Amino acid sequence: MNIKKNWWKFLTVGLLFYTVIAGFLGKVPAREILNETIRNLYFHVPMWFGMMALLFISCVYGIKHLNGGKLKDDLIAREAAHAGIAMGVLGLITGSLWARYTWGTWWTSDTKLNGAAITMLIYFAYFVLRGSVEDEQKRGRLAAVYSIFAFVMMIVFIMILPRMEDSLHPGNGGNPGFSKYDLDSRMRLVFYPAVLGWVLLGVWIMQVRIRIALLEEQYHSDQSNSQSVSL
Amino acid sequence: MLNEIRLLLYKEFLLESRQKQSINGLVLYLVSTIFVCKMCFRTIPQAAAWNALFWIILLFASLHATGKSFQQDSRSRFIYLYTLASPQAVIISKIIYNMLLMLLLSVIGFGVYILLLGGNPVQNMLLFFTNVLLGSLGFSAILTTMSAISSRTSNSFTLMAVLSFPLLLPLLMTIIKISKNAIDGLDPTISYKYLLVLAGINVITCVLSYLLFPYLWKD
Repeated sequence: MNIKKNWWKFLTVGLLFYTVIAGFLGKVPAREILNETIRNLYFHVPMWFGMMALLFISCVYGIKHLNGGKLKDDLIAREAAHAGIAMGVLGLITGSLWARYTWGTWWTSDTKLNGAAITMLIYFAYFVLRGSVEDEQKRGRLAAVYSIFAFVMMIVFIMILPRMEDSLHPGNGGNPGFSKYDLDSRMRLVFYPAVLGWVLLGVWIMQVRIRIALLEEQYHSDQSNSQSVSL
Repeated sequence: MLNEIRLLLYKEFLLESRQKQSINGLVLYLVSTIFVCKMCFRTIPQAAAWNALFWIILLFASLHATGKSFQQDSRSRFIYLYTLASPQAVIISKIIYNMLLMLLLSVIGFGVYILLLGGNPVQNMLLFFTNVLLGSLGFSAILTTMSAISSRTSNSFTLMAVLSFPLLLPLLMTIIKISKNAIDGLDPTISYKYLLVLAGINVITCVLSYLLFPYLWKD
């Protein structure tokens, strides 16, 4: 493995080890209700950041595909969305666990939580859309248009609307964000590396998926070429 | 550009006036849905449920109304239109037309709804209809674009609902909130915040539709 090109993968592994070890063993402020669950901050929040970053990449490559019409851009957009949704599901699970121990329920009808659920629905619809178009160029274009629409509406739904309503979730509806009262300097030392680590992990998953997809494509085109030759 | 939009709108109205069965069908769909609700619910005492049911009925009616906006154009007519009009003019005219259609449906729907489901609980009619007006613009912008996407695929009607519902939800929730305030007759200043959000979502969706439609148009 080429160290010069792949240094960030070592960084990812290092950061995630640091997150898990320092996250579980490090000192955290003692808060009522939150207690030790405050450590989930190192997992739940960075996973959502990772999802946002990957969906942003997906949106950017959608725009690139619309402008250039290259199939590779569409493929990157697709795999970024796949990896992003995987991070989103992890964020949902960790959030649900956290809610169970702080709010006493796995799921509650809260604007922020609804926003997260809708985001999942929107991107599942994106995959359904991809699945129902045969022609590659057309599929890329329709999917890109939908993903740009979806990304902008997602920002409205999980960043703007929850701030208008009452919400249990920190950082919304007059509820102070974590930075106000929990994120002291000790936690910051773990939180920022954790964000970087999880985002990089998402990018790594995306990169691997893109390589597999490209290889598959090459394999299929080779196979169809050899078939046409033997015929 | 303006002239083009005017002509395209004229074309839509002309087509609609020649095929009266489609608009009649929509109105009948709306009335029968409300009648089904009447038979199932008998009366709806809570304002919140009254409000939510009204908007869900309108949601499905508008889905039906806009779902066909790109399917009724036949292949040859589509190519003819493609050579004549710019995509921007086409999307703007379709959005305006669908918005007017939705306004018509919501006024008729509202009338039948209060007739069948007992009395008019809305205390602030002005706010209620401002909300309907703004809401139908946003609905129309999203549904028209999604109809353009889904008309290019094989299972268009299912896809139309799957694609639009999650995107419509932020809009729908804001609309239901304002509408509830109008029913309860709360001080309008409380609703200004939400009207602003609604207007903001409208601007975003219209701009997105305007910018992205040309890519759907070329085929």
